[in-house]
Amino acid sequence: MKKVDESGSNSLISTSAVAFGRVAISILIPLIAFVVLWGGFIFLRDSNASQGVIAVVAIIWGVGGIALLFWVADYIVNKAPLNVAQKLQPFVFVGPALVILTWYLFLPTMRSLYLSFFDASSKNFVGLANYIYAFTDSKMLEAFGNNLLWIVLGTGGSVGFGLIIALLADRSNFEKVFKSIIFTPMAISFVGAGVIWRFIYAYKPMGEDQVGLLNAIVTFFGAEPKAWFTLQPWNNIFLVIILIWLQTGYAMVIISAALKGVPSAIIEAGRIDGASEFRVIRSIIIPYIFSTIVTVSTTIIILSLKIFDIVFTMTNGNYGTEVIASMQYKQMFRFYNYGRGSAIAIVLVIAVIPVMWYNLHQFRKREVF
Amino acid sequence: MKKAFVVVMIALLLLPALFAGGKAEADAAKTVRVFGAFVDEEARRFEEAIKPFEERTGIKVIYEGSKDFETLIEVRVSGGNAPDIAGLPQPGLMNTFAKQGVLVPVWSKLEGLLNSNYAPVWKDLGSYGGTTYGVFHRVNAKSFVWYPKKAWDKAGYKVPTTWDELMRLQDQMVRDGVRPWAIGIEAGGATGWVGTDWVEDIMLRTAGPDVYDKWVSNELPFDAPEVKKAFDILEGIWLNDSYVYGGKNTILTSSFGDSVSPLFDNPPKAMMHRQGNFITGFFPDDIQANLEEEVGVFALPAIDPAFGIPVLGGGDQFVVFNDRPEVREFMEYLATWESGELWAKAGGALFPYLNQDLNAYPNAIERSLAEALVNAKVFRFDASDLMPAEVGAGTFWTGIVDWVNGRSTNQVLADIQKSWPR
Amino acid sequence: MIQAKRFNWKILVNIVLIAIVIIWAIPIIGLFISSFRTQSEVLNSGWWTIFKGKGKLTLDNYKRVLGGSAYTFIDSAGKTVRASGDNLSRAFINSFTVTIPSVVIPLLIASAAAFGFAWMEFPGRKFFFTAVVALLVVPLQIALIPILRDYQKLGLTGSYLGVWLAHTGFGLPLGVYLLYNYISTIPKDIFESAFLDGARPMVVFALLVLPLSVPAIASLAIFQFLWVWNDLLVALIFLGGTSEVAVLTQRLANMVGSRGQDWHLLTSGAFIVMVVPLVVFFSLQRYFVQGLMAGSVKG
Repeated sequence: MKKVDESGSNSLISTSAVAFGRVAISILIPLIAFVVLWGGFIFLRDSNASQGVIAVVAIIWGVGGIALLFWVADYIVNKAPLNVAQKLQPFVFVGPALVILTWYLFLPTMRSLYLSFFDASSKNFVGLANYIYAFTDSKMLEAFGNNLLWIVLGTGGSVGFGLIIALLADRSNFEKVFKSIIFTPMAISFVGAGVIWRFIYAYKPMGEDQVGLLNAIVTFFGAEPKAWFTLQPWNNIFLVIILIWLQTGYAMVIISAALKGVPSAIIEAGRIDGASEFRVIRSIIIPYIFSTIVTVSTTIIILSLKIFDIVFTMTNGNYGTEVIASMQYKQMFRFYNYGRGSAIAIVLVIAVIPVMWYNLHQFRKREVF
Repeated sequence: MKKAFVVVMIALLLLPALFAGGKAEADAAKTVRVFGAFVDEEARRFEEAIKPFEERTGIKVIYEGSKDFETLIEVRVSGGNAPDIAGLPQPGLMNTFAKQGVLVPVWSKLEGLLNSNYAPVWKDLGSYGGTTYGVFHRVNAKSFVWYPKKAWDKAGYKVPTTWDELMRLQDQMVRDGVRPWAIGIEAGGATGWVGTDWVEDIMLRTAGPDVYDKWVSNELPFDAPEVKKAFDILEGIWLNDSYVYGGKNTILTSSFGDSVSPLFDNPPKAMMHRQGNFITGFFPDDIQANLEEEVGVFALPAIDPAFGIPVLGGGDQFVVFNDRPEVREFMEYLATWESGELWAKAGGALFPYLNQDLNAYPNAIERSLAEALVNAKVFRFDASDLMPAEVGAGTFWTGIVDWVNGRSTNQVLADIQKSWPR
Repeated sequence: MIQAKRFNWKILVNIVLIAIVIIWAIPIIGLFISSFRTQSEVLNSGWWTIFKGKGKLTLDNYKRVLGGSAYTFIDSAGKTVRASGDNLSRAFINSFTVTIPSVVIPLLIASAAAFGFAWMEFPGRKFFFTAVVALLVVPLQIALIPILRDYQKLGLTGSYLGVWLAHTGFGLPLGVYLLYNYISTIPKDIFESAFLDGARPMVVFALLVLPLSVPAIASLAIFQFLWVWNDLLVALIFLGGTSEVAVLTQRLANMVGSRGQDWHLLTSGAFIVMVVPLVVFFSLQRYFVQGLMAGSVKG
């Protein structure tokens, strides 16, 4: 009884107190979050505390801070009236990524687009001259052809092997070991890969001890050793093999994860129906993970478009192995021709349009709330 | 439960805010930042060579070296993060930055030092549009042929002093069953530069320094008869299978540093290797330890006696991006022999100073190379480092590769000429 | 009968896999053996000759790489000094400091964005998604100069924070794209049961989507780790190359000498650099392998 009395007489004060408290908290929480994040930012930027401390703070700030950012943004958005909140919600999620991508990649691309219409030192407007160069220069044309080869062989090989190995490993006793070995090349940087494959493709004159494995095998069978990288057009294939060797592990990991997600129920159903193992794979499993195959293929296609280190360090684009990214690097950082370097970068973006279109097509088919 | 979690997280995140003091205190000592292309042992020797300066003035010099110098310097300068001083390996690079207007020209005291300590050619090479920007430090000389002394003595070979003698020596070696030359041009992203050095040496000896200069500026087109003549002479050596160890395939696939090793096999598989003085760093360790006994070197002989034996070379020039008193002091130090002495003593580096002490070099070989360089009547800088990058680091390099791989001389020269930027 | 069929498959599968794996491993074995040989031996004979018993093995390459290059120089007293460069411990720490936050930060941002693209409707959704795919192809070199200029104005040059954000920026397209693919294949019914309970999207994301996406997040973590750990250029530009802040890849690249004369050090160097990402891969492995759908439909 006492309680009812108290609540009755204090009701006005308590209601406004509560209301005031709510508003205060609504402002305070974002404010505190801002201070915390800003403080973290300044600390990480300026402090000369020991490196270990900085690293730990970075991880906490990275995980916690970003999480906090999301939570607070969500909190603020939810304070708004319902229909506004619903419109803003998605941007809480995609906002940070879009902002960062705009700053780090999108704006520089626009800058490149702008520079591509100017000359080497970016002082004089030259219209489409750089693009005309990009599409008519003989080395560029050679590069286009080569990149196409890289895309077809590199993607086909990596995804193909990745799929086969994922399927096989799934059914084997030593899954982890096999997958780890196939994955190991990915852990090697391109520099290391270059050294490794030097030992495969190396050439020594006839009559000398061979240093490269391939020539050792060739001379064992009595033939003359070959300077593999100089043989056109096969040298491109020898280079693509290196990419396949490196990237199959990547494709395998992703496809393998997708394979694990295929419900065993539908696989069993197929088997019970009497379908052979190949049939099950072809008609049930692959369609189920098709979107993953598209994703993996897209990323490797794009990697093949951008391929640089392998070609640059092994042949420098000589012997007819030139590729677009190598031309871009040379124009930009060797000849200091910003106009052409930017134009070639934009050409790369243009070249990826078919891939974008196909992905958009897939994207539309996805369900959404 | 969730609220408690949030509170704890916020508390944890507030901790760094407590540490967010100010920026790190500005360095008490004055600092000069130098950025260059040499790394590892050479960087260490440079740091040692400039220690006397640091001890004397209390100025701290921080050197950073990178194999990716060509990319980094451009990005850093354009991105607003230029070093105080940079060591540029090509004059073409200095021209580019001078054109952009980001270099500080030399001031009167430094100019005085340049005039007194260097032959005029070094000041010219460090200038663009009549203004001097660069101070040369470590240089290299290129027109030398190296040979395994003991094997030569055993076979009775004599150092050739004329081109004819060299040609006869080649044939003698073939008759004796060994290949005269060991050649390799592979160099990753720079494959082909070895060939350009040979062509330049031949051009100097057949067409003379004036024509050479016209060739560098494209006043003489790249497909002119003089250039073709140089390539033909080169063809007579390089593309003759019996003259080169391993033939053209080895030229193409052997990396420039490894290509000298056949000279030191037992018995040697080749007898001569034409390369700049830095090649000593690639000799096997036991050879390097006994350089004077194991290795001999002679200048590539004259072809046309009228032009004698010119010296082809290259070098790093230091330029200034940020003008400050301590930066000026250090640049003035770099223009004196003292800044190179300790490096010269350690070996593997030649210097252009007129007043240098030749006895500082650790062995007779380096002493003779330094002497040749300083006393050269005709000295020219490596042409491919002077030409525009599209050619000097582009079509000239790839042209050599194509040429060795079978492309006709006329075709290659025409392509290079076509690629010269207008 | 069915038992016998299954049994044969397994043996065949294992045999084929062993064959593939051996072919795959040969180049690595070659490098591994070469890392124990001296430079002159590597130049003159194949690594497989080891199996015939020819040639000596040495730990020199590893000693030099781990302990720092051996230098000789002349000091101001005129004495020849034989000294060692810094060992790699500082570089290891630097690499970790650069890599771990550069992996953790993009993971969170990318999963949130992937969730938004996969399961939420908003204006410009198609446009932004297509833009993300397009950004996959942009060579990061074109961003170096503009970002460096921005960093100079913000005071971020030479700071670890700057390089973390840069790696985040460059790694987001792949992260968003891969996670999007995974998250969009989570069956709709799982979400419906959650929304029926009245849960907000943020809660659904944090408590449902993230745990379910662990295989994809783990895969992305290892790829981003690999890429950042093996990166050279981004660290050099935004952090710097002096000995205090140099990362492992930078130290190794410089160790081969100004003209690459010590390239044989790359053979052991490559393995030393490789050890850490492989350890990360092994420890994250169980997250890829875990079956994800079992038990989640109950929710």
